[in-house]
Amino acid sequence: MKLKELEGYLQDVAVFENPKIKLEQYPTTPHLAARMLYTAHTTYDDIENKAVGDFGCGCGILSIAAAMLGSAYNIGFEIDPDAIAIAQENCAEFEIEMDFILTDLSASPAPSATDGVPPNSRGPYEMMKGKLDTIVMNPPFGTKLKGIDMVFLKKGIDLANHVVYSLHKTSTREHVLKKAKEWGVECEVLAELKYNLDKSYQFHKKQSLDIAVDFLRFEKKPRSNTTA
Amino acid sequence: MRLITHNMLQCHVRGCNANNFPLELQEVVLEQEEAEMNEDFLRNMLGKLEYDALVATCHKLDINDLPVTLPEDAQYNEEFLQILHRIILETHVKSGKMVCPNCNHTYSIRDGIPNMLLAEHEV
Repeated sequence: MKLKELEGYLQDVAVFENPKIKLEQYPTTPHLAARMLYTAHTTYDDIENKAVGDFGCGCGILSIAAAMLGSAYNIGFEIDPDAIAIAQENCAEFEIEMDFILTDLSASPAPSATDGVPPNSRGPYEMMKGKLDTIVMNPPFGTKLKGIDMVFLKKGIDLANHVVYSLHKTSTREHVLKKAKEWGVECEVLAELKYNLDKSYQFHKKQSLDIAVDFLRFEKKPRSNTTA
Repeated sequence: MRLITHNMLQCHVRGCNANNFPLELQEVVLEQEEAEMNEDFLRNMLGKLEYDALVATCHKLDINDLPVTLPEDAQYNEEFLQILHRIILETHVKSGKMVCPNCNHTYSIRDGIPNMLLAEHEV
């Protein structure tokens, strides 16, 4: 499938009826979604026959794009049941199989020192570690809850078996690259894109606003001691 | 939610760290939906599945087609892969609940969506 073709199909994905500002719900545009998944598929072969997780999946556009490119299993993580309901309708419309979990990705794991629990061993997704080949996300950028994009990203990197694709504001690039290094993952800036935010909320003064976002790929290094 | 997803979920109530998997499915409504079989994916998933948990879960649901132990030739056992496909990728849990075997916390499943959210004091 060609990029333009994919983007064309994605025009039919329904978006939030009443976006919730607290959750920073901005629909990922068909243009962005197509670019992300097309690159992941054609350049890196991270989609076809893979298990793909979608963090803060919203109305499901990234997973729908993945499924159209041949992913074998799709699961969306989302805190808003209204968004999941729209995503389910979208999947039905596109005849795509996708599972959803109603969950809060913003919750930070309990610190290890206090109760002897190893870091990040919490969350309903512990068993999921290493089972999803690829995780894609367009996280909240943290304009309402500072740093939340990095919380999503860290969880994605913990969970993914191989690779995470994400979008972050270009203005935070240095910080993201530094964190990736700390976490021991290879980070590559694949593109600097324009994220066009139509006037979704009352507080937006302009009809439409372009913000610069980085499309990033985080690859986990192969584990030195392979435990099956 | 398909059974493959259930096979990856565990309890995450504060302090519940042992014996919190698999969550026991109760009062469930199941639905079979045909899906295209992807052998490469199934082979790839074999090493990632919690097979014993899957078998135990299936028994409770009265689905008894899976061998108790993973066949040695599972990768190339066409018949086995078909059964596995039907169970983990075509069996949907439409509604019901999941109960933690350790702390008895109940997670509801509605419209096929497991609700893994916890109240403030449970996190």
